[in-house]
Amino acid sequence: MTSDASGAAAQPLLSLSKVNKSFGAVHVLRDVDFSVRPGRVTALVGDNGAGKSTLIKSIAGIHPFDSGTYSFEGQEVHVSDPKQANALGIEVVYQDLALCDNLDVVHNMFLGRELKKGVGLDESEMEKRATTTLSGLSVRTLKSVRQNVASLSGGQRQTVAIARAVLWNSKLVILDEPTAALGVAQTEQVLKLVRRLADNGLAVILISHNMNDVKQVADDIACLYLGQMAAQVEAADVTTGQVVELITSGRSGDMGLPRDPSTSGAVA
Amino acid sequence: MSTVTTAPDEDVQVQGGGLAQAWRDYMARVRGGELGALPAVLALITLVLIFTVLKGGIFFSAFNFANLITQSATYIVLAMGLIYVLLLGEIDLSAGFAAGTAAAVLAVTLTLRGWPLIPSLIACLLTGVLIGLFIGVIVAKLGIPSFVVTLAMFLALQGIMLIVIGDGGTIPIRDDFVKAIMNGNMTPIAGWILYAVVVLGYGFVTFRSMSSRRKAGLVAPSQQVWLVKMIALAVLLGAAVLILNQQRSRNPKLTSIEGVPYVVIVILALLVLLTYNLSRTSFGRHVYAVGGNAEAARRAGINVARIRIACFIACSTLAAVAGILFASKDQSVSPSTGGSTTLLYAVGAAVIGGTSLFGGRGKIRDAILGGLVIAVIANGLPLITDASGIQFIVTGLVLLIAASVDALSRRRAQASGRA
Repeated sequence: MTSDASGAAAQPLLSLSKVNKSFGAVHVLRDVDFSVRPGRVTALVGDNGAGKSTLIKSIAGIHPFDSGTYSFEGQEVHVSDPKQANALGIEVVYQDLALCDNLDVVHNMFLGRELKKGVGLDESEMEKRATTTLSGLSVRTLKSVRQNVASLSGGQRQTVAIARAVLWNSKLVILDEPTAALGVAQTEQVLKLVRRLADNGLAVILISHNMNDVKQVADDIACLYLGQMAAQVEAADVTTGQVVELITSGRSGDMGLPRDPSTSGAVA
Repeated sequence: MSTVTTAPDEDVQVQGGGLAQAWRDYMARVRGGELGALPAVLALITLVLIFTVLKGGIFFSAFNFANLITQSATYIVLAMGLIYVLLLGEIDLSAGFAAGTAAAVLAVTLTLRGWPLIPSLIACLLTGVLIGLFIGVIVAKLGIPSFVVTLAMFLALQGIMLIVIGDGGTIPIRDDFVKAIMNGNMTPIAGWILYAVVVLGYGFVTFRSMSSRRKAGLVAPSQQVWLVKMIALAVLLGAAVLILNQQRSRNPKLTSIEGVPYVVIVILALLVLLTYNLSRTSFGRHVYAVGGNAEAARRAGINVARIRIACFIACSTLAAVAGILFASKDQSVSPSTGGSTTLLYAVGAAVIGGTSLFGGRGKIRDAILGGLVIAVIANGLPLITDASGIQFIVTGLVLLIAASVDALSRRRAQASGRA
């Protein structure tokens, strides 16, 4: 599944068609089409209020879509609960990371899904699997998996949160602004990790405001504009300037909302 | 063996370094604000030294040592329950009167209604469960701060106690088993058997976990460190049993008082059971998670409300156990049982022992260390001064110092990123 998953021809892992979401009178997502392919990093960009967070929360089952079809691995599914999304292999790393400072790296990675041996916890097995996952991601910056998360740097915390997401044989990892609070060196570290996830065959959705990050790691770029999918294009086909135009005005040249046959969700 | 030989890198990893490395790691943790049991142990040593110098003969007599243990037992058990609630960052101000109410139920059923012992004990513990369930549901489901809810319960439970006890005022306890818990002692032989079970049991469990980690190829604490800990434990407990096994009756021919008090078994059993519950089960892990970051716990799929309710139930149920100890110690239950300074001493014991008031940090053993500190003060001060004013002030100051150490170490931990 992973080896032939690099080209644009690969089957989408996740595909949304004409999904809608409203909160009361506010129509947040309008007929959005969106697809994510395995082995690729899909950047989800858009200005504040464009609907990025709503889109990923709906994918993760926190607020189910009102209408439209949600297909995962080619099958239509109904995800109305975060647990269902987890069962499909979808994991979200939120911007605030949701780590417990007073617990160590292993405990955080297995939080809520601890491995048991009899009535007690199987600490050895958890530690082994955590170590394996971290080394599988080529993480070498952690001194010990038994140190409290509070003692980690911002980049290391991000790493732990991402490692937690991939620990469960997940197929799709959604990262919400993973580099927002990081310095230059740590951003570099995390972006490399994001790239490695995709190279390992996972599908990655990366939400970011930072065009440098997007250009550096993304294979595909999906741009939301006021709740509509302005365009979903291959990163190599667009310039940073075009992406910025798409974000700010919803169109760029012949790409974007008014006339673009390739993104069928576009509504005038 | 204070130097680590420069072995290849992997070897050091597997061995976890020697004594010197362990000491350096420990100092680094302390400097980083992770004080652990250090303040309580220092306080205990300091206080014992002070009282021994001032009133050596009386303070350090075998009789007083046994007193110390029975005095601290009620605070220790109450504090063990409070640690569950403190770990969440909550407080239970009603735990003292929960103990009193449960003790009243015990006394009424046992003495006035003539129930057999077992149903009576069950009724007593169920009283604790019910009180905890009530508080927990209100705090977790309605979201009222536990401070307010338990303050209300503090008053309400006093009223319930008065009604349960009735007009008589004080109900005596005549059951020999209940009386023996706090007043009876094991035979010296039984004391040594208990000692052997504890030392060998602790040694076996820690050694097994160490070797299973090593077998799994994980970093394990070094065997030297383990050995040093074992020797320290064996010597300390051995000294305690030796002292307790001495004859401490003023008139041995009339009544013989010697041996380890029975209540020590209760404390040790609770220590093992609750420590296992908090550190080796997923429930315990979730308690720490909720106390550390409730939102993260919720997103990890943990039922936060259920954990909160369970912790309040644990607290009040352990308070009921403390109630049994109160009833046993006084051999009666009155409306003042569990009142006065009981709760403050128990909270003080937990905090002095190292449990944080801010949640997420604490261990069951903190209750024992802190309870001993509180008992040493309560026990030693009256030997020096008769003024109960001074005793209150000193105890208050110790609690304040403990809370300051907690707050400062927390700040330090945040600065050094250990929290």
